[in-house]
Amino acid sequence: MSKQINVALIGNPNTGKTSVFNALTGLNQKVANYPGITVDKKEGLCKLPRGVKAHILDLPGTYSLNASSLDENIVIELLLNKNNKDYPDVAIIVSDVENLKRNLLVFTQIKDLEIPTILVINMADRMVSNGISLDVDYLEKALNTKIALVSARKNTGIDHLKTLIANYRDLSTEPCLNASEIDKSYFERLQNAFPNQQLYKLWLVITQDVNFGKISRQEMDVAAFKTKSKSDLKRLQQKETVKRYQFINSVLKEGQTIDASKATGLRARLDRITMHKFWGYAIFFVILLSIFQAIYDWSGMPMDYIDASFAQLSEWTKATLPPGVFTDLLADGVIAGVGGVVIFIPQIAFLFLFISILEESGYMSRVVFLMDRIMRRFGLNGKSVIPLISGTACAIPAIMATRNIESWKERLITILVTPFITCSARLPVYLIIISLVIPEGRFLGLSYQALTLMFLYLIGFGMAIISAATLNRILRFRSKSFFVVEMPSFKVPLVKNVFITVFEKTKSFVFEAGKIILAISVIIWVLASNGPGDAFNKADTIIETDHANLSQLEIDQKVAAYKLEHSYIGIIGKTIEPIIRPLGYDWKIGIGLVTSFAAREVFVGTLATIYSVGADSPETLKQKMASEKRENGLPVFTLASGISLLLFYAFAMQCMSTLAVVKRETNSWKWPIIQLIGMTLIAYFISLIAFQIIQ
Amino acid sequence: MPTIADMQLGQKATITECSSDAIPFKLLEMGCLPGNKVQLLQFAPFLDPLYLNIDDAFVAIRRETAALICIEFGPDE
Repeated sequence: MSKQINVALIGNPNTGKTSVFNALTGLNQKVANYPGITVDKKEGLCKLPRGVKAHILDLPGTYSLNASSLDENIVIELLLNKNNKDYPDVAIIVSDVENLKRNLLVFTQIKDLEIPTILVINMADRMVSNGISLDVDYLEKALNTKIALVSARKNTGIDHLKTLIANYRDLSTEPCLNASEIDKSYFERLQNAFPNQQLYKLWLVITQDVNFGKISRQEMDVAAFKTKSKSDLKRLQQKETVKRYQFINSVLKEGQTIDASKATGLRARLDRITMHKFWGYAIFFVILLSIFQAIYDWSGMPMDYIDASFAQLSEWTKATLPPGVFTDLLADGVIAGVGGVVIFIPQIAFLFLFISILEESGYMSRVVFLMDRIMRRFGLNGKSVIPLISGTACAIPAIMATRNIESWKERLITILVTPFITCSARLPVYLIIISLVIPEGRFLGLSYQALTLMFLYLIGFGMAIISAATLNRILRFRSKSFFVVEMPSFKVPLVKNVFITVFEKTKSFVFEAGKIILAISVIIWVLASNGPGDAFNKADTIIETDHANLSQLEIDQKVAAYKLEHSYIGIIGKTIEPIIRPLGYDWKIGIGLVTSFAAREVFVGTLATIYSVGADSPETLKQKMASEKRENGLPVFTLASGISLLLFYAFAMQCMSTLAVVKRETNSWKWPIIQLIGMTLIAYFISLIAFQIIQ
Repeated sequence: MPTIADMQLGQKATITECSSDAIPFKLLEMGCLPGNKVQLLQFAPFLDPLYLNIDDAFVAIRRETAALICIEFGPDE
């Protein structure tokens, strides 16, 4: 096996670190979790000159090696532990040409760890328009490193970077400044106490204890060396930061010239519009409205096509394969279940497309700025907007995105209310019910159906806000509230980045959700095709004796319906029917509600399976649902029951995975249980009221 | 002593004092250090948060944090 080089990508947020990662690895990447925690671990492979391969690890964005969040802590844990299998042979610090000064802070810290380091200056294509020129030779010498001027956007400089990685042994490991000068006697004592350890490493372990307190200390025990108070250490850290900036400023004074007259002022103009006290909100609202209209309108055609294709495939399977249990399982269980997942690919892809464009362009930070004052009133934080917006994709990454909210109370409230936001798993349920019960037609050019969808998103958001305000009053613990948000410059999103995000997220939705949905579809099919006692097994004879005068076709239909009712799944549905009847649901919907607990979108697959069992014609699911009748002959899905069901899905806590993540993030079962009971009760009573009024 | 919270829109000043005990360390790392220049670029509605240019870094902070950072209005302003 040829030697693989371990490369770690490190850098501030908003420096285009991910673009560099994508440029190096392309689609040759995977996202996993760090063991024990849910922070995304992005890694990929890159081929270097002369057949060398590099394993590239994209570490979470960090401003420095002073961790203030779980994400940042990962970077330090890795860099302090030489035995970690990902410990880098070479570190690449990604910086942005417009923010070189700030980006170099973490660079000087990594250099102090004596790791071979390459400095990437990204967005080099912006140098001319910003009037920036760099003396690269001087900078390389002053910083003891090799520099790659890269433009991930224009795809320049990547080859040079690859060559630098391949020749990592030539890199200097000499630190570029001596930070211990800030308190000579203290650092001398520290070094004397642990003569075999690197001084800066010791300092990091001591201060991380102060800042964050979770560093693993396999290699050294510095607990004995607490000669300074927390406040003293913090002051020393501040001195260290000042010292580093003095060094950086002196280097940049020589190596960088900025012609201020070249600055276009475009940023200022865009900021004035996007953060305007009226237009800012108007723009945000219009963007949201267009997203929902687009999701609805653009995905209609591919979805109809997929729906019809799966109905045909199921029919074709039945016609081609010999009849029997296996064919039924394949056609009614597997194909119907898979179809129920695949159909939502267009919509989920569109949703991720818009979210990643908003993030990439830098617009999301403006929204954070606009919303902070308002959100604070409800016990949230401007940064809660990002979880709440990503919650429209999935509550799980959204809850993980709360980690950069520094105040524990604001963070907890955000975690608790995020599941009210309409996630992509609800979308399938909404779409099929809306198309059944909401009439077609347009109002001011927007379809009623799209407006209903928009309304559902709004009430989800509204409920999140109301619950947050309530929790803010109930929860009584003091916690410091911090708010420091960097405003990145506006950028045209990189097509490649957006494409990779959409592809990766959609893929993981299809496979992660798909696995569960497929398994549950099969289980339901088995439970629906089997039952206890004579009522199920002798259904043919019971029906034939009762209805001797009917045609064969009618008898077959009656037998199928009778069998389903007396199957295991029918018994489960019937058991909970009394509880859900006041909401307008029958026992078949009840089965759907039970299976939704694995994941909400399972509802659609479940109905597809239930209605397929015993149906002969190759109808689409929508047609089957529309023709479904109650015992009294009225349709099951009416405006009243449809809206009741929509509202139930809007508010109920039905997702096991979300509960598991909340448990992990809050480190207690208390909060997920409160969430489960509270949300489900709210959902039950609102649906009850809605159904009883409309009916 | 005036603080960033006392600044007018578009005004420029120099940071004189910011205590590492009171304000988030992240803000110091972004360049909020004594001697650095600061300019107030924009307010959000209700005059909070504040959008600042601190030593060429574009940062938004809340008014309560801004009130902890002492400044000195520059002679040229």
